[in-house]
Amino acid sequence: MAALINVPAKAKRGDVIEIRTLTSHIMETGFRHTAAGDVVPRDIITSFTCRYNGAEIFRADLFPAIAANPYLSFFTVAKESGKFEFEWIGDNGYSSTASASITVE
Amino acid sequence: MIFWRAIAAATLFATAPALLAGEIPPDARRSGYAFMGPDTRAMQDDDTTNPGMLFVLDGEALWGKKTGSANKACADCHGDARSSMKGVAAHYPAFDKASGRPVTLDQRVNLCRANHQQATPLPYESRDLLALSAFVAHQSRGVAITAADDPELKPFIEQGRDLFMQREGQLNLACTNCHDDNFDKRLAGAPITQGQPTGYPLYRLEWQTLGSLERRLRSCMSGVRAQAYDYGSPELVALELYLMSRARGLPMETPAVRP
Repeated sequence: MAALINVPAKAKRGDVIEIRTLTSHIMETGFRHTAAGDVVPRDIITSFTCRYNGAEIFRADLFPAIAANPYLSFFTVAKESGKFEFEWIGDNGYSSTASASITVE
Repeated sequence: MIFWRAIAAATLFATAPALLAGEIPPDARRSGYAFMGPDTRAMQDDDTTNPGMLFVLDGEALWGKKTGSANKACADCHGDARSSMKGVAAHYPAFDKASGRPVTLDQRVNLCRANHQQATPLPYESRDLLALSAFVAHQSRGVAITAADDPELKPFIEQGRDLFMQREGQLNLACTNCHDDNFDKRLAGAPITQGQPTGYPLYRLEWQTLGSLERRLRSCMSGVRAQAYDYGSPELVALELYLMSRARGLPMETPAVRP
């Protein structure tokens, strides 16, 4: 699924940087019904993690009340050049990944 | 005395169409963006927070994907959308010579699929159709709307204008009653806009997804307790055409974000 990641391309060592992520997902709550009365089964992202050069720096659990196409932003300290890896895991075996690199001077 | 009355009556008659229509002069036209709060504006302005951009990305992938029994992609005929599709959405709905009617961008995508790709049409409001339309319309972002220039469209613009002015539904309201006469006021908590279709298909936070102008028109119709026209019906296309002619000169914003 499509994801939009915003990580600064360059940063100074020790800078606090903001990371913003937006991913495609319907986030179906499991509380809604069709016109025929059947429950629409729950289909949400349940977990998000971000790794910075392999080390986990941010994790979030997601719940049915979170809107479709979840947007998450968080901060970290730019320590070294490398790669941010993002992973979204959800119902029905859903899994999606994205990555972004940063140059730290 | 009678003579003066006749003059007064004649003046009134001459100005009456403009007064009754309550149409918005070009320099007073404002996009729905101008009616939004700062948070929603910020969400639209930043391409990494605008959820509509997710659909544009999907559309970009579909643009290059071969489909149908002709095994052709959009890009095989149209090339790079960045140049070939720039400004295209700003003059839709456009006149289709084959059917003798105006067609919307969604319908044009499906006509291309049927005629050139030999593929099945995508259903209205399906993710793929919205994504393709959003990708194409996104190439016109910042381009001024110039729809309805084609002289052959004139009767259809007239039809759309009549529909816009016609009261309907159990609440007996016409589009014009809110969007020409009462914009800048509020309906419950929400601002009433001028109804300028500058950013379609757009991401509505209420819908939690991207939606077409036809979906928006249909929800206004159920709002006044009227029977909404079907997707792709000539009435909705005519309304869409009139709205685009009414928004002439405003820049395209696709994909816009609206509350």
